[in-house]
Amino acid sequence: MSDAELVKRCREGSVEAWNELVERFSRYVYAICSRGFGLSAEDAEDAFQDVFTRVYSRLESLRDDSALRPWIAQTTRRVCLDRIAANSREEPVEEVMAEQVGPSLDEIDEAFAVREALDEIGDPCRELLDRFFARDESYRTIGDELDIPQGTIASRISRCLDKLRKEFEGRKPGRPSSGEQ
Amino acid sequence: MIESDPYAEEDIGRLIGLLPPAPEGWVRAAQEIPAFRAMLDELVERAEADKVFQATLVADLEAAIAEAGYEPEPRAVEGVRRQMRARDASDS
Repeated sequence: MSDAELVKRCREGSVEAWNELVERFSRYVYAICSRGFGLSAEDAEDAFQDVFTRVYSRLESLRDDSALRPWIAQTTRRVCLDRIAANSREEPVEEVMAEQVGPSLDEIDEAFAVREALDEIGDPCRELLDRFFARDESYRTIGDELDIPQGTIASRISRCLDKLRKEFEGRKPGRPSSGEQ
Repeated sequence: MIESDPYAEEDIGRLIGLLPPAPEGWVRAAQEIPAFRAMLDELVERAEADKVFQATLVADLEAAIAEAGYEPEPRAVEGVRRQMRARDASDS
């Protein structure tokens, strides 16, 4: 389902569509809060819930339904900056941001594009690569969970990465822009 | 040649690693936002018609949720409280 269709169904009150929207963007919002802005676990959780609360409340204000991702990105940045500012009233936000050492927001956007390509190639490669790179699981755990010989996992990962890279070609994200009114 | 490729296998792997799954509880709570919002709307509607209930809602959210017939689980109480804060913020 496209983002635009997802937005349309959420506006119609579909619970399944809202669940899908949260599922689709949960990693992205989580990464921006916890890695991009380096929020503590407690602040990241609050920010995460605030972002989806705002998205739910303001879905009507989204002018271009296909611009859901950049709109969520902008909403997340705003929520994170507000939280950082609230936590450090005496310190300018720019100075707080200069101390962050995590990935840039552009890199997180790029990671999201890779994620979309990963969804496109589907299982079993999606599950294998996700377990190894995103969930940091060992060969032993992966082998046990997916019932495949440990000795074949490295070559499977390599083949899946090659497949993913081909899918990813041409999917480089543009710079985020707001779709909000 | 591999080293100069911006999307070498190592780069793709690193990008996958930048998006680990969010904690399950966070995702579940976010998915329940529509239910929490509906619960809050019901509580507010009832409070507008019932001054005693309004006092309960202001003083003790957990009790108000229970009085309205819902199970006042901590997750539900926190979810409704978050919606109240969001509602207050958008009203101000």
